Amino acid sequence: MFFFYPFKLIGGKVINFIRELGKMAIFLGSSLYSMLLPPYRPFRVTKQVYFIGVKTISVIVLTGLFTGMALTLQAYYVLITFGAESKLGAITSLSLIRELGPVISALMVIGRAGSALTAEIGIMRISEQIDALDSMALNPKNFLSVPNLIAGVISLPILNALFILMGIWGGYLVGVTLTGLSSGVYFGAISDSVQLQDLTLSLKKSLSFGLLFSWICCYKGYFADSGSGFGAEGVSKATTEAVVLSSVVILVCDYFITSILILT
Amino acid sequence: MIEVVDLYKKFGRQEILKGVNLRIEKGQTFALIGGSGNGKSVLLKHIIGLMKPDKGSIMIGTEDITRLRGRRLRAIKDRLGIVFQFGALFDSLTIYENVAFPLKEKTKLSEAQIKEKVFKELEAVQLLEDRDKYPAQISGGMRKRVALARCLIMNPEIIFFDEPTTGLDPVIAKIIYNTIRSLQEKRRLTALIVSHEIPGIFQIVDRVAMLHGGKIISTGTPEEIQASTNPTVQKFLKGELE
Repeated sequence: MFFFYPFKLIGGKVINFIRELGKMAIFLGSSLYSMLLPPYRPFRVTKQVYFIGVKTISVIVLTGLFTGMALTLQAYYVLITFGAESKLGAITSLSLIRELGPVISALMVIGRAGSALTAEIGIMRISEQIDALDSMALNPKNFLSVPNLIAGVISLPILNALFILMGIWGGYLVGVTLTGLSSGVYFGAISDSVQLQDLTLSLKKSLSFGLLFSWICCYKGYFADSGSGFGAEGVSKATTEAVVLSSVVILVCDYFITSILILT
Repeated sequence: MIEVVDLYKKFGRQEILKGVNLRIEKGQTFALIGGSGNGKSVLLKHIIGLMKPDKGSIMIGTEDITRLRGRRLRAIKDRLGIVFQFGALFDSLTIYENVAFPLKEKTKLSEAQIKEKVFKELEAVQLLEDRDKYPAQISGGMRKRVALARCLIMNPEIIFFDEPTTGLDPVIAKIIYNTIRSLQEKRRLTALIVSHEIPGIFQIVDRVAMLHGGKIISTGTPEEIQASTNPTVQKFLKGELE
């Protein structure tokens, strides 16, 4: 019996993992399906866009600015050794548009709004508020997860654009104001190097990340009582899992989206 | 009429319901009693369609709700009202908004009509003065009365109470019992009350069933239950059941 124990353990974990993936897929599928059914909730969507998007603006402005500044400073001292500092604008803008903008803005939104989203839905679950919705013959997914999915998909691309703009401005502050590069050279390099497909790639990434983070955070909150803990402990674990899982999934998906879109 | 036939439910390896049979006639006030952890709330969640059984059926009128989904299940749920153990009020909404919530979500009534109905229900549970407070700002007993008002505002045919007086002091418990009794006299609803508050619950119900070990072990009028020769029932009534 002892010989089989590791197989039993690994097998059990694999089965649980596959079951969890299936549950997540069903949750997303049923949420997307209920999105098509009335009642439509424009007020709740607007409220969630405000919560996820508008309230994250200050964080995005700050992180975007300093990311652009640090990136430009690093790039400047590398480029100057090759006498290629005229490409500073290109490096800053392409890094921000293709990678840093979509990824960091998504991570910021997860930290600020995603955790709160999971905690709120999780508390509604453990205090039977979701059961109350269900018992009123209302679809809890239509009420809770649909507005968040839509708000995530709307908010992320806008926050991404803001992050990139702030990053480019931060790069300008360091590259032009501090190091003395001409502003014409800085912005000229940006307009020469940035192509439409770079912007499309950035948009597609932020749309995907918006859906991914809101899906994972809503799912974890919705099933906060059926995970590894109950009550307040269940909500706390669900919140941690939501933040960790959505951050990891976004970083992994970033690589795959980049490879697929660059190869095709 | 509600009829539960041979209902089974397992969570992992733990068998909670092991063939429950129960019949509640229209207009009857029925109490489901039993010790904590015997599956009373699980049975209730099955009857209101929040859980699916492993085996068995639950007839509400002519429909077996264990086999219904989507629109047909929602149509049945529209006829039911539930007062949850801790109220299950939406904590980000005020008392007024909580009671108005089902009307706003499920009807096309104007704001003025909603206000009139909500005021009437809040007055009936003596909470009109507290309408602008949040659930966190009121007591447990008040929360249960708000939950009752929210439930009654949709005029359900059948109403379920999950431990309506648990954790309340005797005075508040009496108010809740009186509210349930006057509700019965005025509206003649079918009601199922899940409780372990003995003998208080016997004052307001027509029939009682005791759930123990995943099965209904005794059914009858309150007098019949109190005179039962079943040793488990007697132990429970005397507070000696572990």
